[in-house]
Amino acid sequence: MLDNTHLSRTRLSAGQLAANFSDLHPALSTDEARTEASRCLYCYDAPCTRACPTHIDVPRFIRQILHSDLPGAADTIFEENIFGGSCARACPTEVLCEGACVDQTLLRAPVQIGRLQRSATDASPPRNEAGPDTGKRIAVIGSGPAGLSCAYSLRRLGHAVVVFEANSVPGGLNTFGISAYKISTAFSLSEVASIKSIGVEIRTGETVDAGRLRDLHKSFDAVFLGVGLGATSSLEVPGADAKGIVEALEFIAESHSGPLSDCRVGRHVLVIGGGNTAIDVATQAVRLGAESVTIAYRRSALEMSAFAYEYALARDDGVRFEWMTRPVEFLGESGVISATKMVKLNMVGTGRSAVLEDIPGTTFEIQSDMVIQALGQNPTTGLLNEFDPQILEDGRVRVDPETRATPVPGLFAGGDCLSRGAEIVDAVQDGKLAAAGIDRFLCGKPCIRP
Amino acid sequence: MIDFFAASRASDREPNHVSDRESSQKPNRASDHEPNRASKREPNRPVIKPDLSSNVAGIKSPNPFWLASGPPTNSAYQARRAFEAGWGGVVWKTIGHEPIVNVSSRYGGIDYDGRKLMGFNNIELITDRTLETNLAEIAEVKRAFPDHAVVVSLMVETNREAWHDIVKQTEDTGCDGLELNFGCPHGMSERGMGSAVGQVPEYTEMVTAWVKEVARTPVLVKLTPNIADIRFVGRAAANGGADGISLINTINSITGVNLDTFHPVPEVAGRGAHGGYCGPAVKPIALNMVQQIAIDPEINLPVSGIGGVQAWQDAVEFILLGAGNVQICTAVMHYGFRIVDQFISGLENWMSDKKFAVIGDFQGKSTGLIGDWADLDLSYKVVAEIAQDKCIHCGLCYIACEDGAHQSIDITPVDEAEFRAVLHGHISSLESGGKTILAGAGDGFVNRFEINQETCVGCNLCSLVCPVDHCISMIEKPGPFEPMTWREYQEKLALGEVDRILPPDHV
Repeated sequence: MLDNTHLSRTRLSAGQLAANFSDLHPALSTDEARTEASRCLYCYDAPCTRACPTHIDVPRFIRQILHSDLPGAADTIFEENIFGGSCARACPTEVLCEGACVDQTLLRAPVQIGRLQRSATDASPPRNEAGPDTGKRIAVIGSGPAGLSCAYSLRRLGHAVVVFEANSVPGGLNTFGISAYKISTAFSLSEVASIKSIGVEIRTGETVDAGRLRDLHKSFDAVFLGVGLGATSSLEVPGADAKGIVEALEFIAESHSGPLSDCRVGRHVLVIGGGNTAIDVATQAVRLGAESVTIAYRRSALEMSAFAYEYALARDDGVRFEWMTRPVEFLGESGVISATKMVKLNMVGTGRSAVLEDIPGTTFEIQSDMVIQALGQNPTTGLLNEFDPQILEDGRVRVDPETRATPVPGLFAGGDCLSRGAEIVDAVQDGKLAAAGIDRFLCGKPCIRP
Repeated sequence: MIDFFAASRASDREPNHVSDRESSQKPNRASDHEPNRASKREPNRPVIKPDLSSNVAGIKSPNPFWLASGPPTNSAYQARRAFEAGWGGVVWKTIGHEPIVNVSSRYGGIDYDGRKLMGFNNIELITDRTLETNLAEIAEVKRAFPDHAVVVSLMVETNREAWHDIVKQTEDTGCDGLELNFGCPHGMSERGMGSAVGQVPEYTEMVTAWVKEVARTPVLVKLTPNIADIRFVGRAAANGGADGISLINTINSITGVNLDTFHPVPEVAGRGAHGGYCGPAVKPIALNMVQQIAIDPEINLPVSGIGGVQAWQDAVEFILLGAGNVQICTAVMHYGFRIVDQFISGLENWMSDKKFAVIGDFQGKSTGLIGDWADLDLSYKVVAEIAQDKCIHCGLCYIACEDGAHQSIDITPVDEAEFRAVLHGHISSLESGGKTILAGAGDGFVNRFEINQETCVGCNLCSLVCPVDHCISMIEKPGPFEPMTWREYQEKLALGEVDRILPPDHV
């Protein structure tokens, strides 16, 4: 549990907090959107569309924006990706659609596809309807983007869907796992609401254990597992039980659980990790008013799994970086973190497979009243192993790459429990593919409609 | 003050154009009227500073850029600002005996996917100021700018006395020339003026002749493009004694319809009228008509080119096709008088580069290159070629050829890793968070586009849609037979000297 009660609440004013957590990329005005849209070349077999995991027809929706058909543009996006609004806000577009944009070569500046997608999705809500009733019932475990994408697609095909969510609030990591300056709580819940609006039933506060999963597998025609990952990893070093050492996802979730002014943050914050979540929490700490924020990572900048764009964001927010170092001991005063003893590391070999060795005699201390561990999440092995160990392989659920069917008939899966941590857009695509797989499983091929 | 010199030279030339009609087929007409006289310099002598001075039908100006009759030439205030900005001449907004009453609104614009005013339309009429005011201001401007061209556009009722009167009153201002507005397509035409005259060759000839009875300064006749064949009115103007031709006036148009109100654009209390279309979109139409007038042996008059000039290159094209100068209106309405500075700079630099010392060195250089389709060489063969080291893999050439032309471009997905092995350095690649993304790639492959030169008909389409300069070029290939025009082909076919050319195997 998040134990940070020794920390004071943010000292920033409500106005300053609102400014700090306002959209990272504000919506384009109509004029801006049309001007940006006019840059699109309308490529054939467009690289951006291919680079998007959900294969949104990007040139099509941009041309619809250009010609003032925003509802049409939104339809194009939602047709492939019901989380088009979230993806417009949180997708790492630089390594997806915008990275593939041919204008990246021509003008050294891609068309701002993400921001154009936001223009369209902000302007017009999804307006699809449920398909004619098939009489089939599917249970979806988890209401994150994978589960809800699957549920939405199934509903459009006419199947009845019940989503089981352990948390009291739906949306999974879209609601609690992405810093509020990227996706606000309210926005995430508005996407959930539009999915519910076509008749997807979401039961919150319903934890599914292995026994329950067996029951659901029997009582429903098919089950989709979108359970995500488990608890975050923690460092096993002396002093790790000191107050003020928190997990990244807890810290992010706090920004979604109440008003920002209730968020607690240290004056001096140390973040441990080198992924996108490390960046998220570091920038969130800065935006909540931390005086200094340091990211310590065991490898160098080159090996970080955080995207270059995220790294630049943290640097611009004034975050300091300590490369090639790891914590060896958390030092506390009366049970509260006060500093972290670090040791410098040597890389033997290159890249992420290099072996890291402590360099003797290089320990140093980083003073902080808060440490945030951003070390990634562990697989949800408990539930799945208990249900049927054969569906797991190397901590991931084994699935058919086309249908997302697990080795257990009628059981499908997608999202982070397959990928061990990917983007929203990847989870959405998993859900879409699984819905098609389930439809084929239930109705044969082609699916005969009543 | 009257420029007797210009007037006398203009009248000197008058008999010439009649006798020239039979003989003159040569494209460069500069020497016929000695305007923009070709230089006698050595071909390779470097040109330091080209001479931009212009002489069209005896009307001289320091450069070939005139403001066309229209809203920018409505007043002395504007004419002064124009000359101070560097314009060579001004054609005063059309004056008449009585000021007209205008409506509101007046203009409509055509935007093209993000660019404003590709085309422009107006339903404004001729001057709404009194004749006295206009004449006083014209005289004032001419006095202040003796070396610039001040030409006055005229339109009065179709009545000999009316024309005689306006010509005399106007020339008393000291202006350098007259332009007869036989072109306005809206409003005035309903009252028997403007294009109502310009659409009837007999009226054009008659009114031109009336004007020439009293005019002492050169008379340009401004033609309307709203006719079937521009040459007939051009010839009528020549027969009436015109000293030069200006063209084109605006084209009948409806800019658009408002999709919410269903009212036309521009609208006047919910109604519209057929307004005059101009702006960059009309340039090709204007170039075509200018060339037709410039090459016509029965016309043989200096030409002032008008229609869609918005950059110096446009002006050069008009002059290459036979115009002696150009007139500009819409581009100024869009950007102001200041653009003339870039026209002058661009023209000077281009002339220096091409080693042209004066306008006459290139005027009409391309006029004679346009003629009947029947005289084009059927054996000439070009095919497209894609420079792979410039291709950005947008696929626009492919889909244009596939759907809009002759299915002669092959699309081949190349595995991204394989593509990287032969990666052309021009492609952007980004490494971020352990991922590498290649611009133009997606889903693990890059589309490679190649021309099938066996079936390519050499239509240019792919090279026109390609967004990258010099990526797709049209290269010449040996023809399938000896050079032969369609006309020659017909003759040889009749004589049994050639076999019929077979339809292509690949359509």
